Amino acid sequence: MITLGDILTLSAILFALAVAGIFLNRKNVILLLMCVELLLLAANFNFIAFSRMLGNLTGQVFVFFVLTVAAAESAIGLAILVVLFRERRSINVEDMNTLKG
Amino acid sequence: MLALILFYIFATFLVAGAFGVITARNPVYSALFLVFSFINSAAIWLLIEAEFLAIVLVLVYVGAVMVLFLFVVMMLDINLAELRSGFTRFAWLGWLTALAVIAEIIGVVWRHGLGAIDVNTDFASEPANYSNTLQLGKVLYTRYAYPFELAAVLLVVALVAAIALTLRHRPGLKSQDASRQVAVRARDRLRIVKTPAEKRP
Repeated sequence: MITLGDILTLSAILFALAVAGIFLNRKNVILLLMCVELLLLAANFNFIAFSRMLGNLTGQVFVFFVLTVAAAESAIGLAILVVLFRERRSINVEDMNTLKG
Repeated sequence: MLALILFYIFATFLVAGAFGVITARNPVYSALFLVFSFINSAAIWLLIEAEFLAIVLVLVYVGAVMVLFLFVVMMLDINLAELRSGFTRFAWLGWLTALAVIAEIIGVVWRHGLGAIDVNTDFASEPANYSNTLQLGKVLYTRYAYPFELAAVLLVVALVAAIALTLRHRPGLKSQDASRQVAVRARDRLRIVKTPAEKRP
């Protein structure tokens, strides 16, 4: 049967791939947002695995809230992206230097 | 045993999908790979009997969020060559970080253990008449009623913010302004002219 360790290992691999994706696609804001979605998915795996293992539904309720917040985050992130593209004609992270950061 | 085989199949697809997301040449392919990853995650969540969240993942993510992503990716006319330049420059650092994260987490989980929890215990399956949705709803509407409402407020705020950010005011557009319409007074629009009565010729 599927054990807790299997799920934790899978979520670790998923998390690591998403972190690597942030390094690889550091110029493309759309791909950065997608990698954040993958990170949240990996975290949700852990929440569900421990919730099922401990017989406590709070973890699954938390996943519900994480999904809500992630949906809101991607909606606002994409809206900002559209506005940014309209202003700059580019979504390159290196072009976002108005604040001189 | 069948569940384990299915788990390994879906997990392989999931990892392959995630790999496709981060290495695809075109953001459209990345978005489609991400859809593939989400569907396989939902299948794995079904296998470990979190049915409600699996359905929610498919409905909310595949049905709404990824469609939004695809809309935006296809709507923007982006220069892919420039975004891809320097793809391999920090790639070694990315893969190194990924390997470190995997090694650390797997080392903790499999070698060190999780304290009182044994990682080799499998998920006890629930009885046949167990409803995950029912149990989750009972908790969500009683103990977590206020956070649930806050989540609803958050979604409304996100909705308003997304519209307010992307709304464009074009000059010369003949649109209605409700507040100006309400605030208008009769003497701004209407002039009463007194004319003396005239005799019928």
